[in-house]
Amino acid sequence: MEWSDPAIILSLAPYGEGDQRAIVLTEANGAWHGLARGGASRRGAPVWQEGNLIAARWVARLPEQLGTLTGELVHPAAALAMNDAMALAVLRAACAVAAGALPERAAHPAAFLGLARLMAGIGIAGAALPALVRFEVELLRELGYGLDFTACAVSGVREDLAYVSPRTGRAVSRAAAGVWAERLLRLPGFLVGDDAADLPACRDGLALTGHFLARDAFGARHAPLPSARVALYDLVTRRINGETHAG
Amino acid sequence: MMGPEIESLVAQVARLPGLGPRSARRIVLRLLSEREGRLLPLMGALAAAAQRVVVCSVCGGLDSVDPCSVCGDPAREPMICIVESVADQWALERASVYRGRYHVLGGLLSAIGGRGPEDLGVGRLLARLDGSVREVILALPATVDGQSTAHYLTERLAPFGVRITRLAQGVPVGGSIEILDEGTLAMAMSARRLAE
Repeated sequence: MEWSDPAIILSLAPYGEGDQRAIVLTEANGAWHGLARGGASRRGAPVWQEGNLIAARWVARLPEQLGTLTGELVHPAAALAMNDAMALAVLRAACAVAAGALPERAAHPAAFLGLARLMAGIGIAGAALPALVRFEVELLRELGYGLDFTACAVSGVREDLAYVSPRTGRAVSRAAAGVWAERLLRLPGFLVGDDAADLPACRDGLALTGHFLARDAFGARHAPLPSARVALYDLVTRRINGETHAG
Repeated sequence: MMGPEIESLVAQVARLPGLGPRSARRIVLRLLSEREGRLLPLMGALAAAAQRVVVCSVCGGLDSVDPCSVCGDPAREPMICIVESVADQWALERASVYRGRYHVLGGLLSAIGGRGPEDLGVGRLLARLDGSVREVILALPATVDGQSTAHYLTERLAPFGVRITRLAQGVPVGGSIEILDEGTLAMAMSARRLAE
């Protein structure tokens, strides 16, 4: 049994002294576990970092075995994100959410392409955070928990959609929300139009997708949202409140 | 074939880093065949280390006195270099490029390893920032976990107004551009500096 495919490294756990137990995401094979021999060694460590896009090869004698993963670096997303706290937090959150939410060995091409887009722009200031929100919306759709931002669930109008029902995941217009607005999740404008994806809008987006990820994708497995995802939300909130330095 | 004492010794040695059962048997055989010259001195050294070596209550390093000889040295510069492990501290001491003090975290923030901010012992570090410390150097690995920890510590240390620096990352000494991985090249390019 073997396959060769471009893959994004989602998760790494030390195994022995120089090896890593890895989860990678590929377009054709989905999330896949394997042993990266030498993944923690001096030579392998630059390649085997979360978020990196690699040309991966998986080999095992039987399909049900863990198998061995080898890889050649294609896009060093981890290195590009390392100097920026926000970019690194986005990278860790995206990888942790994908590793925890996607079922093993089931192809989810849209999730792979969404994550690949996110990692391609991870070094561009201001682009990574909205890209993560879009990726999480795409991931929810891919997992069967799609959110519906096409029209207001109450009035049917397609304009001025400003909220989302936390129960159904359908958009609600500002006028229809009325006094219920405080009970609804805010829908950031950049998800339905060309509005600027500033920090408050991104925080609203993270709260929106975080609610449905926690309830549906992770809740179905009785697992909490990954700590890296929670830490990202906290970081964005602190930045908005001006509690931390930029960088 | 082997007595239980030898088997037990082989099993203990085989659990050490870098060793397996085969190399453990070779080591045990050498120790037993040179009892006076190797086994007894090793036993003495192990017993002394087990009895005397302690974790420094200030920096988290290892020494036979507490506070350790680095923390207790008045000639050390008023700087703190934060490292992941004692091995990193020893590497910096070997290089003789730094004459300040250390702070050993004992690990990094890691979702997989289940280490959160509360496990880093940041309180012990912050308690050392009494105004006499001029600079804090973050000498943490250039990995996702290492740099996440560095960003977290930067955020926690910022209110103290102390100068915070990080180790440079890029082309290693003796490294040819051609053989460097793309990640190192990207970091080296972004950290380029003015040629003088």
